[in-house]
Amino acid sequence: MKSFSYVSAPDTGTALRTIASNEDVKFLAGGTNLVDLMREGIEQPSTVVDITRLPLTGIEELPGGGIRVGALVTNSRLAADPLIRTRYPVLAQAILHGASAQLRNMATVGGNLLQRTRCMYFYDESAACNKRAPGSGCGAIGGFSRGGAVLGASEHCIATHPSDMAVALVMLDAVVEVESVRGTRRIPVAEFHRLPGDTPHIETVLAADELITAVELPPVPVAANSRYRKVRDRASYAFALVSVAAALAVEDGVVTEVRLALGGVGTKPWRATEAERVLLGRPAAEEAFRGAAEAELAAAEGGTQNAFKIELAQRTIVATLRRLLTDGSAA
Amino acid sequence: MEIELRINGSARRLDVSPQVSLLDALREYLGLTGTKKGCDQGACGACTVLADGRRINACLALAVQYQGREITTIEGVDHPLQEAFVRTDGFQCGYCTPGQICSAIGMLAEHKDGAPSAATEHLAATGGELDDEEIRERMSGNLCRCGAYNGIVSAIKEVAK
Repeated sequence: MKSFSYVSAPDTGTALRTIASNEDVKFLAGGTNLVDLMREGIEQPSTVVDITRLPLTGIEELPGGGIRVGALVTNSRLAADPLIRTRYPVLAQAILHGASAQLRNMATVGGNLLQRTRCMYFYDESAACNKRAPGSGCGAIGGFSRGGAVLGASEHCIATHPSDMAVALVMLDAVVEVESVRGTRRIPVAEFHRLPGDTPHIETVLAADELITAVELPPVPVAANSRYRKVRDRASYAFALVSVAAALAVEDGVVTEVRLALGGVGTKPWRATEAERVLLGRPAAEEAFRGAAEAELAAAEGGTQNAFKIELAQRTIVATLRRLLTDGSAA
Repeated sequence: MEIELRINGSARRLDVSPQVSLLDALREYLGLTGTKKGCDQGACGACTVLADGRRINACLALAVQYQGREITTIEGVDHPLQEAFVRTDGFQCGYCTPGQICSAIGMLAEHKDGAPSAATEHLAATGGELDDEEIRERMSGNLCRCGAYNGIVSAIKEVAK
């Protein structure tokens, strides 16, 4: 690991001023992604600002019925929170399907959103990767691409966004609160991550001097009836091949509200707006579920190794909706 | 830089550069070689220790970040799980065992606190039984390449009763 200077920030102001006035600064929280990337030489900050002492650890109910989650709340604490488990079971379930218990104990909400979109070529210094070395090409396209994205990819990058938590957040219309010495701004999670286009090395809209301070969950009554389903190569502790976050409301056999988001198939956490549009007002039954799933994946493109994800995503959307209909919520 | 860590109830001073992991600080600076280095990238769980009672991967933790936290390594563990692992053949080569035991101690505490897992049928309910499926899911961050998983699950079940 390249040497760096270490600063433990006593308060948010100090952290923001340090990053505003220095080049190559990285904030360090749980470290589960950053420390690994630094050890591999992919990230080489000259200064690391430890933010774990900042007071960003609250889970608070908001007057309108939403919940504000501090950026430093650990993944395990958020998943175990009674309010999250009852009001947003999809979020608790998504988090619990990510990583391992040890990693979830370390990883934070803010850090989870900022983990790098990545594939194995990103880690391999001898391979081409437009993300690690812009302009060097993409080893995954035409290479080992089983994990690659079928939605939102470009000729420059097909890496999938690996977060489970973010799939639930984008389904819930969560909002990211960020702060810098210039002030505070709020960014919907759906707009937080960027498609790779021809700049796959830039993954989010967060500016270099900004710190995530919180994530706000709006009140989403339909989320009380929600689930997360993850399909992967082994039963636990693996990235998604396909995952589905779903919430469903049905009256007199007709879909009156539906929210869907996909993981493992997109270059960013993927809100399935087309499937939602097609399903709304239709009978809550197998045929309509399949029609919605097909509509969402109509624009998907796969290579020889990852095209299977298109059918798998459709089937997983149908299976998740069917389960919500028959067994109800994961809560 | 000079730092102070609290390891197994004692304050230990050491001089490390900021890039030294908690795992390397334990093994190379303090001679506590019970905690093992497997993958050094958070994938195998061999380096699992407890920080304030919670299990973490020491390989992804920078030592400087853990000043003021109470770190427990296998050298500081005296727990019925240790004899249970012997009784149930919960290991063969033993390399993953310190991490398995520290992880299992953390896991039992999480379960006692009512924390759910990906295997939990009803997330809003607390205090479900620690059956095989729950134990396997909750322990999935600890790999055993000898494949002693059946013994590990039996040991944990025995102690959880």
